[in-house]
Amino acid sequence: MKIGTPKEVMEGEARVAMTPDSAMALQKLGHECAIETGAGTKAGFSDAAYEEAGVEIVKTAAQLWKASDIVAKVRPPTETEAKRLRKGQTLISFFWPAANEELMNLAASKGATTIAMDMVPRISRAQKMDALSSMANIAGYRAVIEAGNNFGRFFTGQITAAGKVPPAKVLIVGAGVAGLAAIGTATSLGAVTYAFDVRPEVAEQVESMGAEFVYLDFDEETQDGAATGGYAAPSSPEFREAQLAKFRELAPEMDIVITTALIPNREAPELWTEDMVASMKRGSVIVDLAAEKGGNCKLTVMDDKIVTDGGVTIIGYTDFPSRMATQSSTLYATNIRHMMTDLTPEKDGVIVHDMEDDVIRGATVTHDKEVTFPPPPPKVAAIAAAPKKEAPKELTPEEKRAQEIATFKAQTKSQVTLLAVGGALMLLLGQIAPASFMQHFIVFALACFVGFQVIWGVAHSLHTPLMAVTNAISGIIILGAILQIGSGNWIVVVLAAISVLIATINIVGGFMVTRRMLAMFQKS
Amino acid sequence: MLGQGFVAAAAISASVLFILSLGGLSNQEKAKRAVWYGIVGMAVAVFFTIFGPGIGNFWLMAPMVIIGAYIGYEVARRVGMTEMPQLVAALHSFVGLAAVFVGLNAEMERARVMAAKAAGEATDGFSAFAALVAKKAPDELMFLQVEVVLGVFIGAVTFTGSIVAFGKLAGKVDGKPKKLPGGHMLNATAAALSLVLAIVYLSGGGMWPLLGIMVLAFFIGYHLIMGIGGADMPVVVSMLNSYSGWAAAAIGFTLSNDLLIVTGALVGSSGAILSYIMCKAMNRHFVSVILGGFGGTTGPQMEVEGEMTAIDADGVAQALDEADSVVIVPGYGMAVAQAQSSVSELTKRLRAKGKNVRFAIHPVAGRLPGHMNVLLAEAKVPYDIVLEMDEINEDFPETDVAIVIGSNDIVNPAAQDDPNSPIAGMPVLEVWKAKHVFVSKRGQGTGYSGIENPLFFKDNTQMFYGDAKKSLDELLTKIE
Repeated sequence: MKIGTPKEVMEGEARVAMTPDSAMALQKLGHECAIETGAGTKAGFSDAAYEEAGVEIVKTAAQLWKASDIVAKVRPPTETEAKRLRKGQTLISFFWPAANEELMNLAASKGATTIAMDMVPRISRAQKMDALSSMANIAGYRAVIEAGNNFGRFFTGQITAAGKVPPAKVLIVGAGVAGLAAIGTATSLGAVTYAFDVRPEVAEQVESMGAEFVYLDFDEETQDGAATGGYAAPSSPEFREAQLAKFRELAPEMDIVITTALIPNREAPELWTEDMVASMKRGSVIVDLAAEKGGNCKLTVMDDKIVTDGGVTIIGYTDFPSRMATQSSTLYATNIRHMMTDLTPEKDGVIVHDMEDDVIRGATVTHDKEVTFPPPPPKVAAIAAAPKKEAPKELTPEEKRAQEIATFKAQTKSQVTLLAVGGALMLLLGQIAPASFMQHFIVFALACFVGFQVIWGVAHSLHTPLMAVTNAISGIIILGAILQIGSGNWIVVVLAAISVLIATINIVGGFMVTRRMLAMFQKS
Repeated sequence: MLGQGFVAAAAISASVLFILSLGGLSNQEKAKRAVWYGIVGMAVAVFFTIFGPGIGNFWLMAPMVIIGAYIGYEVARRVGMTEMPQLVAALHSFVGLAAVFVGLNAEMERARVMAAKAAGEATDGFSAFAALVAKKAPDELMFLQVEVVLGVFIGAVTFTGSIVAFGKLAGKVDGKPKKLPGGHMLNATAAALSLVLAIVYLSGGGMWPLLGIMVLAFFIGYHLIMGIGGADMPVVVSMLNSYSGWAAAAIGFTLSNDLLIVTGALVGSSGAILSYIMCKAMNRHFVSVILGGFGGTTGPQMEVEGEMTAIDADGVAQALDEADSVVIVPGYGMAVAQAQSSVSELTKRLRAKGKNVRFAIHPVAGRLPGHMNVLLAEAKVPYDIVLEMDEINEDFPETDVAIVIGSNDIVNPAAQDDPNSPIAGMPVLEVWKAKHVFVSKRGQGTGYSGIENPLFFKDNTQMFYGDAKKSLDELLTKIE
């Protein structure tokens, strides 16, 4: 099949859905690749680079749409583009089907199959093609960079000859993919980072990235991310109040606030109110990643940067991924490539559109002249909140002491019992056994004790040499055979001779092999 | 001829030397000296016994010793380190067989002396062991018989058990657990019959009951070890090691020889401790290992979520290139694929790049206690980067890349997470805490215990499929 990527027609879009690297991987799946001339220029990929990777360069968009069996692009198709779709053609792109119903109907009427990259279900198997996550990751990173660009101080605290610089304080609201990426970037720049999320189960992830999780003093049933497909859900008014109160408390301290709170198919919740903005220090920066959906801060202007009267910069850009077109194109193209891998199970260039597959079914919005959106819920649940682990009970010093005494007593009891039983047995044995036997028995018992003491000290790494040495010295049984070999009975002599032979093999073989092994152990 | 005093003195010094030789194994450098203590001890013991009182037939003894020494030397020289488990098992069987022979001899000598005494003949014409027996009081002779029964029984079980273990380890016998119909009832019956025969023998039954006990014990040894599977071999081999010691000790009692008793007791306790350590490392009871099979599950096992993702040599090479600290977890699969030298080469190259490469060894990795250490030592991996489980488990969260080569159950997180897993509670290497985990594995099958390993399905785990040696050699071409 031929996979084609046209130039993005949307104003300001710099990304491209195919890179030379991804094209090479696609060709390994048995596909051919084509690209409209100049499609990758803004993302830093020249036509020559594509040609080198074996990609056919097509002069115009119309030719490309005509020649390709599969069209892979970034933005949803424009009406012109959608009209070019034909029966049997597959389109892979972001689609936002809930908002683009007409476009979806148009695609369906043309008989094309449409795969919406934004509809890939959030299950672990599909992570490799989750383009929303990879774009959110870039947005989170870029948000911190943009904030730093507009922030007049260092992120990291320094003590210089010219005086002490305090570290910047960064608050990240919403610890989704973008939030976590922002946390990672901010902490690695040296800022003191705080993060908040309505799902307390992400606290562990937040803390693992070096940020401090802001806990609310609020008791409510926790939200289980798994029930909502791994996304946050709206919270109760009481919870919201507690949350805003906490933010109000934090606002005057924070230098940079990055809000990333989005709820699927809803207006972004207002989390950073005007009075919080007013209470922030002059020179502070707010980056509102929810600007496209109205913003987490109502002062945000979409696609623009404003400065409030209080000197707070509010950034409402929505094109963060496109601002890092090389990186985002690489990741997006890889997402597409993974999608194609799933669509080409035999790696023979033949597309198998398996509507039984959770991932493919979930992402497909039109197929066989029908609109297949919304998909049925996936069979596999999204990554669930870990069931709460019960913390081990803290013991008071008295309890600990009591426990220690109890274990000590139990040990004493079992030891004394063992000794008593052993003593009794020895006494019994002493009654019936002859004196000479008891003498030997003393030797035996002592040797066992010595053996136990000595062997515990042997290094685990030398257990194999230990076995070989014990093999060798258990060849001591040769003494028994030697003592008997002088007998007058010929059977005894023969058996003893054989015993001497095999015991010698043991002794010599055991010691030799031990030496060989020990010689191998070398220090670096 | 040396007098009895010389022999006794030799026995004492030999005992001390043996103890020093075992104690010296506490570290690698001391061990190189300690093995000489053992050799000298053995030489002293054998020399003074041969030239002690009441020994004869030197013309027969000398060639036997020379031939035996030659065979032992050749075997030790030729054996490969991957074959160590077989060799150890084979040597155990020799001790077992020798114990059986010496025990039978003791009975024959006893019978000869008793017959002479009954006929009223003078007993001072006997030589060697018979002369000793002639001096014994009746109650001592009674005990001698008990000791003979014990020596023969333990020796016989050790003999056939070790032969089966040898066969399984060498791949000559199918490694899967196998039992005759009747299972452990057969063993129990055989043991009970042996007890009956022992009573017959002690009440004057003569040679035949003793031979019967021997045959029954041969059967028990065979059947017991046939029922135990491959990965439980570390326990089996250390158990047989222990038995060979106890057999020697029992024979020492028979012959009233303290040196045999001491040495037997040392070997016996050594094997017992090794078995204990192995069982503990598998969180299983000794009895359940010996009786075969895993403990029953107590409920449904946790479902494994996610999928296995594969990775090729390029991906692994890149991750290794970016890593600062690497931990390699070898298992029996590495020995099977003979991949240790490739592993060593990989280690050398990564260390040359200034990366911190270490090995994590689980106590039951391989088919013999400490097997992995010896294999790595042979491949010239320095021993100070080969660490035990307890030493390295805490370091996994700070590890960039963990490479699992041919091990499965010992890195199974279900042992910690899933209380219903058959291996729940077994101490495992926490590789999944590393940032990336690569698992070199032949296919998607389960490990020895037959349970699914959730590690393979974790997000930070990628499967590096293929024969371990081939995979690693391919990887080596990508790492300069």
